[in-house]
Amino acid sequence: MFNWIRQVLAVTRFSVLSLPQRKGSSAAAMLGIAGVVAVMVGVLSIAQGVLKTMQSSAADENAIVLRSGSDSEMMSGLGGDDTRIIAEAPGIARNNLGALASPELFVIINIPMRSTGTDANVPLRGVQAQALNVRERFRLVEGRMFEPGLNEVVVGVGAREQFAGLELGSSILVSQEMWPVVGVFEAGGGLAESEIWVDAPVLQSSYRRGNSYQAVYVKLNTADSFDEFKDALTSDPRLNVKPMREADYYTSQSTTVTNLITGLGTLIAFIMGLGAIFGALNTMYTAVSSRTLEIATLRALGFRSGPVVISVLSESLLLAFAGGLIGAGLAWLAFDGFRTATLNWASFSAITFSFDVNAGLLIQGIVFAMLIGLIGGLLPAVRAAGQPVAMALREL
Amino acid sequence: MTTKANGEVLVKVSGVDKVFKRGSEEIHVLGGLDLEIPTGEFLALMGPSGSGKSTLLNLVGGLDRPSEGAVEVGGKRIDQLSDRKLAAWRARHVGLVFQFYNLMPVLSAQKNVELPLLLTRLSAAERKKRAAIALDIVGLSHRAGHYPRQLSGGEQQRTGIARAIVTDPTLLLCDEPTGDLDRKAGDEILDLLQALNREQGKTIIMVTHDVHAAARATRTLHLNKGRLSASPIDQ
Amino acid sequence: MKYFYLIFSGLKRKKLRTSLTILSIMVAFILFGYLTAIRQAFDAGVEVAGADRLIVRHKVSLIQLLPQNYEAKIEAIDGVSNAVHATWFGGIYQAPRNFFAQMPAVPEDLFDMYPEFILSDEHKEAWLATRSGAIAGRGLAERFDWKLGDRIPINATIWGKKDGGRTWEFDLVGIYDGAEKGTDTSQFFFRYDFFDETRANGAGLVGWYTVRVTDPDKAAEVAAAIDAEFANSAQETKTEPEGAFIQGFANQIGNIGFIIMSIMSAVFFTILLVAGNTMAYTVRERTSELAVLKAIGFTDRGVLSLVLGESLALTLVGGAIGLGIAALLVSMGDPTQGSFPVFYIPTRDFFLGLLLIAAMAFVAGILPALQAQKLQIADALRR
Repeated sequence: MFNWIRQVLAVTRFSVLSLPQRKGSSAAAMLGIAGVVAVMVGVLSIAQGVLKTMQSSAADENAIVLRSGSDSEMMSGLGGDDTRIIAEAPGIARNNLGALASPELFVIINIPMRSTGTDANVPLRGVQAQALNVRERFRLVEGRMFEPGLNEVVVGVGAREQFAGLELGSSILVSQEMWPVVGVFEAGGGLAESEIWVDAPVLQSSYRRGNSYQAVYVKLNTADSFDEFKDALTSDPRLNVKPMREADYYTSQSTTVTNLITGLGTLIAFIMGLGAIFGALNTMYTAVSSRTLEIATLRALGFRSGPVVISVLSESLLLAFAGGLIGAGLAWLAFDGFRTATLNWASFSAITFSFDVNAGLLIQGIVFAMLIGLIGGLLPAVRAAGQPVAMALREL
Repeated sequence: MTTKANGEVLVKVSGVDKVFKRGSEEIHVLGGLDLEIPTGEFLALMGPSGSGKSTLLNLVGGLDRPSEGAVEVGGKRIDQLSDRKLAAWRARHVGLVFQFYNLMPVLSAQKNVELPLLLTRLSAAERKKRAAIALDIVGLSHRAGHYPRQLSGGEQQRTGIARAIVTDPTLLLCDEPTGDLDRKAGDEILDLLQALNREQGKTIIMVTHDVHAAARATRTLHLNKGRLSASPIDQ
Repeated sequence: MKYFYLIFSGLKRKKLRTSLTILSIMVAFILFGYLTAIRQAFDAGVEVAGADRLIVRHKVSLIQLLPQNYEAKIEAIDGVSNAVHATWFGGIYQAPRNFFAQMPAVPEDLFDMYPEFILSDEHKEAWLATRSGAIAGRGLAERFDWKLGDRIPINATIWGKKDGGRTWEFDLVGIYDGAEKGTDTSQFFFRYDFFDETRANGAGLVGWYTVRVTDPDKAAEVAAAIDAEFANSAQETKTEPEGAFIQGFANQIGNIGFIIMSIMSAVFFTILLVAGNTMAYTVRERTSELAVLKAIGFTDRGVLSLVLGESLALTLVGGAIGLGIAALLVSMGDPTQGSFPVFYIPTRDFFLGLLLIAAMAFVAGILPALQAQKLQIADALRR
């Protein structure tokens, strides 16, 4: 066994030492794999970014109530009476203002995107004081909160960055009036950062919504209080509503887009990976054939075929690992944190998010690269080991 | 091209120098060399390694240019031709035979022989016909469809000769044509060259190490340190 | 053409390497074809948008409605030929993932405005005779395997019914085809009069208007005139060309073109390395053969063309197979199972593919070819 390992090390050392002689084709294979990994990690980081935004929006002990049958706030509608009944349900946490329940309005308005100058459907949310207590991660970073009853808005940091004219001091046009931006807020990287917030009664009157809302966000005593809360609402004959945990709600909001991107990204990576495997096979076959004499000489001296296989494989894996590392690194440098906006089909409104190149993706990329290297090295390795010694020696 | 009457000078090399540069060092391979070869001659060129035999052959064949002096073939200064014209000239007037045959491994014997005809305007049928004739001359008609690796050394060299004569060149240049063959196969090649010289009137220049091979030629010249002489110089 | 077998036999030399290279080139062109089709799915709307059509919507956002009586007012504006309204229904057929566009429309107006929708007279009459009748595009009908006479239930998300129900049932009376390859046949239309009478609220309100102008060159002026007409009213409008409207919508999804371009660049860069490497080996291994060719009279340029020809043969075979497979994959359906309005590789992009094949052949082959061209016969033969 020890002898076997020594053989492996010796043969591998030969192959690594001869790498510089084959630097052209080795670099081609390595960079090829790097390209595949960079594309895969880059595309998948879009889906990860959307997912992360959605997940940061949700708090374990929070729930959202929509009219039953609606899949998003946009489609939902709840009367003022409904929201009061919901706020009285068991399981909701309380503070000095009362139940931690926030009835909210959700509409969209056209604001041009900075990148293209064309309009985006930016969410405009009507909220009241409890909204900030339900969402613990809400934090003003500039200016002040709007005054209740006034036509003033605060904007999320994501919205300010992606859409034009949302800086502190500028104004947006709603119902023939200019509403000034008085503050900028963060929300822990969540969806709310893509939104513009305004006092709910102001929005109700300007959109002629009477006393109706679209959703109620609540903070429960604990995450376990949800079942109690849900049962109370669904069994109440006065209501026709659908309570959901925030985590479930946000996940359902993003499944279409993340599934599409993940599916496409995986497909593209798979096809590209196939191309890279052919490239790696080419390189390794060439490497093996350029070392035919060397390998045959080693075999003639008494080296066994196992170590030869291992040495070829380890060369291929080494190249693939380096390629994977370069590709993942490039993707991380180029994409991580890159902010952009897209359309959330479920609510027909814009969301801003950052590409998220996380550790999981990086590892996934490198593993994929190693897989390419393994497949690309296996056949040539077997061929190298299978070559009849005498013939190989005679050939040269 | 038809063969001219014997005695007329076909190749005229006058005052030829050839200098190779290796880094800053200059190596004089040939120095002020003069040589005349009449049409119809079978000249053997002998000499030790590095004496400049192959260089001289390359100059006459238009594969290389002299540093000084003139090379005339059939009354034409070939050393002054452009690369493009030189290539066309080679295709028409010179047949080359190499020590290691230099056949294309991926082409059959027939296709190898046909190769130089691709540079002519001949039709495909005509090319095929001429290649068949050339193969017949070297006695390899039955091996036309075989690939080089399926042929013996002697057969490969005969294919090489067929390739050299298929365009009916004036001048046949052979660089150690028997150098890689055993005695029997070598003799067959020499028989063939001799026949080409006698029966078809081909002018042949053959570089060789082998006294036995040189004996088949009509004249033998010895090249030593870039100079020619009629007999070997013993030092 | 007489050099063809020389090129071909060069490729036969290392069959394994040639096949592997061709396969990797093929992969690049499969991706090229497939991604092209995806981009086309986003761009098609813009391309087929009528130059003479404008979209009029509520200034604040698309979800805010406009009165139906705007139609007459718009048609009274100078330069307007006619106007039709549409409203986003946004219902769900069976499950949310079965997304497609549903809109109420006035049948005569619809076909008047969109000549690219082709419906037989028989189907048109059936639609006019059936109040709950609906028509579907060919692509949509095939996606869900609908037949004429099917009753299609759609759950409303926005528009409840007067009777309190949320499930609308439509009778499929017609299937329309697209006049062009890029025409969107993924939509579903039903009658506006039926919709307006049945909906619980919003009677007399519509989503947006499509306006045809008499002179496309004056479209911008007409758009300004329409917006001026409704300025300072309770529902101000924003009017823009149909193409710009669709483009703006696509922009919201993201910069698809840029993303696809980036991916393609990475793919081609990768494959170029593989192909270029193969060509470099081809020349290196055959130095003496190329020298022999030169010795027997092939010109420098001839040898250069030979190497480039080999490179072209490699990429052409790989590229053509790749484009073919891409066309096959694309014809099997889009990756979203039918949410794309169109999914095909435009003819223009096939030509672009051929151009890319030539470019790739050149870039991969030129360095080795130059090397072969510069080869000194005397040196190369001595080796």
